[in-house]
Amino acid sequence: MARYLTTRIFFTLFTFWVIVTLVFFLMRLAPGGPFDGDRRLPPDVEANLLAAYNLDKPIVEQYVDYLVMISHGDLGPSFKQKDFSVNELVRAGLPVSLTVGGLALIIALSSGIALGVRAGLDTGSRIDTVVMGSANLGLAVPSIVLAPVLLLLFGVWLGWLPAGGVGSPAHYVLPSIALALPFTAAIARLTRGSVAETRLEPHVMTAIAKGLPRSRIVLRHILPIALLPVLTYLGPAAAALLTGSVVIEQVFDLPGIGRYFVQAALNRDYTLVMGVVVVYAAFILLFNLFVDLSYKRLDPRIELR
Amino acid sequence: MLSAFLQAAVGSTIARICSGWLLVITSAALFGPLLSPWEADAMDWDALEAAPSAAHWLGTDLIGRDMLLRIMLGARISLGVALIATFVSVLIGVPFGALSGYVGGRLDQILMRIVDTLYALPFILIVILLVVVFGRNPALLFLALGAVFWLDIARIVRGQTLRAREQTYISAARSMGASQTRIIFKYIIPNVAGPALVYATLTIPGVILAESFISFLGLGIQEPDTSWGVLIADGTQSMESAPWTLLFPALAMGLTVWSCNMLGDRLRDQFDIASRGYNRRPDTVGNLS
Repeated sequence: MARYLTTRIFFTLFTFWVIVTLVFFLMRLAPGGPFDGDRRLPPDVEANLLAAYNLDKPIVEQYVDYLVMISHGDLGPSFKQKDFSVNELVRAGLPVSLTVGGLALIIALSSGIALGVRAGLDTGSRIDTVVMGSANLGLAVPSIVLAPVLLLLFGVWLGWLPAGGVGSPAHYVLPSIALALPFTAAIARLTRGSVAETRLEPHVMTAIAKGLPRSRIVLRHILPIALLPVLTYLGPAAAALLTGSVVIEQVFDLPGIGRYFVQAALNRDYTLVMGVVVVYAAFILLFNLFVDLSYKRLDPRIELR
Repeated sequence: MLSAFLQAAVGSTIARICSGWLLVITSAALFGPLLSPWEADAMDWDALEAAPSAAHWLGTDLIGRDMLLRIMLGARISLGVALIATFVSVLIGVPFGALSGYVGGRLDQILMRIVDTLYALPFILIVILLVVVFGRNPALLFLALGAVFWLDIARIVRGQTLRAREQTYISAARSMGASQTRIIFKYIIPNVAGPALVYATLTIPGVILAESFISFLGLGIQEPDTSWGVLIADGTQSMESAPWTLLFPALAMGLTVWSCNMLGDRLRDQFDIASRGYNRRPDTVGNLS
C-alpha cells in the first residue's frame, strides 16, 4: 500500500510537470509577443516591458524561473490586466467555480446513483425503460443547448430563479443543475449496468439466501461493488465537469475562473491562460489521485499495485 | 466484417432511423447548399428573424439569413471537422496501440503511461490553448482535435492486438522470418481494423460536440464560416424572440450525435469488443460537454 501510494504520488507530480512544461513551451511558441498591439511600441519601452516580465532572458532560463515560480504557488502577473496577478484573479474566481462544480458533482452522484440502482434492480421494468430512455436523451443534449434553454425557461419565462450572476444561494441552483444533468445521465447508465450484473454475483445470492433485509443487501452487498465503474468514471468526469463549467459560467454570467479563461484566450493574455490551465490540471490530478486511492475501500478484493 | 457493419446499420428500426438520418444530413451538407434558392450571406430584408414559412422552411436568423441553408453549411464544417479529426485519431491511435500491444514489455509500459498521462489532461482547454497560440485556423482546429481524440482508439487497438498476437498465423509469420514492422502493418493492423473503425464511429460525435463547444465560446469557427456550434451560440442570443434559431441547429446536432452513438453502440455489440479493460473511460463520447 505504501509503495502504491508513493508511485501514485510520484506519477501525479510527474504528470503535473509534463502539463506545466507543455503549456509553457506552447505559449512561448506563439507567433508574436504578448505586447504586439496595433501600435508599434518604441524599442526601449518594449525592452523595458520584456525585462519587467522576464521575457528577455534565454528560454531555458525563463523555463527554470517559471518552474521555480510555480513550485512556490506563484502564477505570475497577468499580461493584460495590468494591476492583477494571476493568483489574485484565480483566487477571486475559484470559489465560484468550485461551488458550482462541487454542487453539480453532488447532484449528479446522488441522483444518478439513485436512478441507476432503481433501474438496475428491476431491469426490463417500466421504470428501467423510462430511466434509460431519459438518460440516453440526456447524453445527446449538449450543455451548450441545455444551459441556455434552462436559463430561458426557469430564469426568464417562469421567473422562478435568478437568471444569472451571483449573490444568493438561489443563483447557484440553475447553473449546478445545468452542469450536472449530462453527468447524472452517464452515472445512471453506468450504475444501472453494474447493479444489474452485481445482483447476480454469488455473494449477493448468499446474502439473499440468509434472508437479509432488501435494504441491507442493496447497501452493503451490491452497492460497494457496483460503484467501482462509477468511481473509475469520476476521474475523467472531473475533467469534463471543469471543462463544462467554462460554458456554464459563460451562459449564466458567473465570475468563475472558466470565464477568466475564455476572456484571457480571446485577448491572448498568455499568463492568465497558462495559470488557469495549471490550476485546472492540479485539481484534476488531485481528484484522480483521490479516486485511485479509494478503490480498495470499496472492494477489498482489489490488489493495489 | 461487412455483413456485421450492415447488420448494425440496418438491422433494426432504430438503426434504420439512425442510418437514415446520417444519410440525410450528409447529403444535405454535400448538395443542399447547391440546391438552395438563397445565397449563403444574402440577407432577406423582408424576412428578418422570420418564423418558418414556405420561402424559408426553417425561418431566418437575426439578419435575415436562411436558417436551412445556414444549418446545411454548418453541417459541412461540423461533419468535416469530425471526419478529419477522427481520421487523424485513427492514424495516430492504431499504430500506437498496435506497437504497444505487439512489442509489449518495457515499451508497452512506457507507451501506456503516456496515454494515462494524456487522459488526465483537460483536453478542450489544451485545444483552446493551441487555438490561442496558433491563431484561429480551422485546419489547425481539425488537427488539434484529432490529436487529442486518439487515446481511446489506441487503448482498444492495444487490447485487440494482445489477443491477436497469440494467434497461430502470427507465429507462422514470425517463424517465416517476417520483420516486426511487417507483422504489425501486414497482419496485426488489418486484423484489429474492425474494432478500430467501431471506435472511430464513437469518436465522431465526441468531436462534433467538442467543436461546437469551442465555437460556442467564440474560440473556434468564425464568421462568415459557420458550424453548428456557431449557430447554436447565435441561437441562444435570439432564442427569446426567435426560438427556431436555437431549436433547429440544436436538433440537427443532437440527432446526429445521438445517431452516431446508437450505431456505434450497436457496432460494438456486433464486434463484441471487450469493453471492460482496466481503467476504461465509460461514455467518453457523451460527456464531453
